[in-house]
Amino acid sequence: MNNSLTGHIIRFFTLVFAQVLIFNHVNFLGYINPYIYILFIAFFPVKNNRALFIFSSFLLGLSIDMFLDTGGIHAAASVLIAYIRPVILKSSFGTIYEYQSVRFNAISFGVIITYITLLVIAHHLVLFLLEIFSISKILLILQKTLFSSIFTILLSIIIYIIFSRNNK
Amino acid sequence: MQQIINFIIRNKNFLLFLSLFFISIVFTIQSHSYHKSKFINSANFLSGGVYNSLNNFSEYLNLKSQNKLLAEENNRLREQLFNINTTKDSTFTNTTSSGKLYKFYSANVIKNSYSLIDNILLINKGQRDSLKQDFGVITTKGIVGIVDKTSNQFATVISILNSTSKISAGLKKTNHYGSLEWDGENPQIVQLVDIAINANVKKGDTIITSGQSSIFPKGILIGTVEDFKHDIAENFYEINVKLFNDMTNLEHVYVIENIHKEEINNLINE
Repeated sequence: MNNSLTGHIIRFFTLVFAQVLIFNHVNFLGYINPYIYILFIAFFPVKNNRALFIFSSFLLGLSIDMFLDTGGIHAAASVLIAYIRPVILKSSFGTIYEYQSVRFNAISFGVIITYITLLVIAHHLVLFLLEIFSISKILLILQKTLFSSIFTILLSIIIYIIFSRNNK
Repeated sequence: MQQIINFIIRNKNFLLFLSLFFISIVFTIQSHSYHKSKFINSANFLSGGVYNSLNNFSEYLNLKSQNKLLAEENNRLREQLFNINTTKDSTFTNTTSSGKLYKFYSANVIKNSYSLIDNILLINKGQRDSLKQDFGVITTKGIVGIVDKTSNQFATVISILNSTSKISAGLKKTNHYGSLEWDGENPQIVQLVDIAINANVKKGDTIITSGQSSIFPKGILIGTVEDFKHDIAENFYEINVKLFNDMTNLEHVYVIENIHKEEINNLINE
């Protein structure tokens, strides 16, 4: 238990620093950045305390906001996907989730891709809605969501492959 | 009473989510209004320190281009110095020759951002170096933004690439002034609106600051007219301005303090 707790804390800080120091300077084609810090939310153990999970997602988003001067948009998007994660889990994992026995390193690859895709799109849509904060620019919101989502999903899957191999 | 407590216990996750989501929305709304007290900003010990140490490494990567910029500026200033009697309309003459109106501080940009709608920069000077809110920030080529929050060692700067930023600017050849805004699309192009229709705008005209806001001195370069059209009511121009500055590559900046600012503001508020 203690061991996994330190593991989570290390993962939290690694992802925050990787996000603000590396991935936020990508600026592909001028404005497309991947937001890979949500891997923390995606691969948080399913069985753990739910309130703690929501609260740590909030802290994760807030620390990203502090570095990027974005008010509270990352915090809001992170809290939202942390709260709706059970729904996404159920729709992508189906019956396995019902038995509360999801272990992320024992699941087929296709399912993982669906799961990450749903989570990333939900997160990015809320993120850019709050960032641009104007319905009249809905096309810009959708465009940013689409391009950044593709980028984030690709990178997340690459990171997942690299780190899940190490575990085996 | 029992039922209320039961309800809270049953829905504690939902209530936690709702309250945290609400807090984040409040922070977000604050960040969309100009100069509202922002609780979460990067001008603090932790994020400022992290960005500062990162910048210590990364500034070596573009030393060459930054050196070139500074050498160009030296060259320009030297030219002005030798031709000081002949060129009365050069851009910095107003400010430097009087010497007492404005104070300049040099600073380094340690966090740049240009891909968001509301971009905010971080510079490595703060209250310790007597920086305050509403000081202007420029580079050798043109304007950058306005100082927002200051901590002891750091300060955040509202970039001109920010939807809340409004800077008074106008044409160099006539005295028609409007306000400079950004639509959030291209970091090279900003929009100048509210220029009266009888101003004779041409492509390639130079745009400068107006000096009406007590933040920037008159005559700081901004950019050139890229294209222009009339607004819906046909009373004003909407001008796309191509910036002289490359906002994606900033390192050395100057912070401007208007020494008579308090006096001017007191006069306006009376």
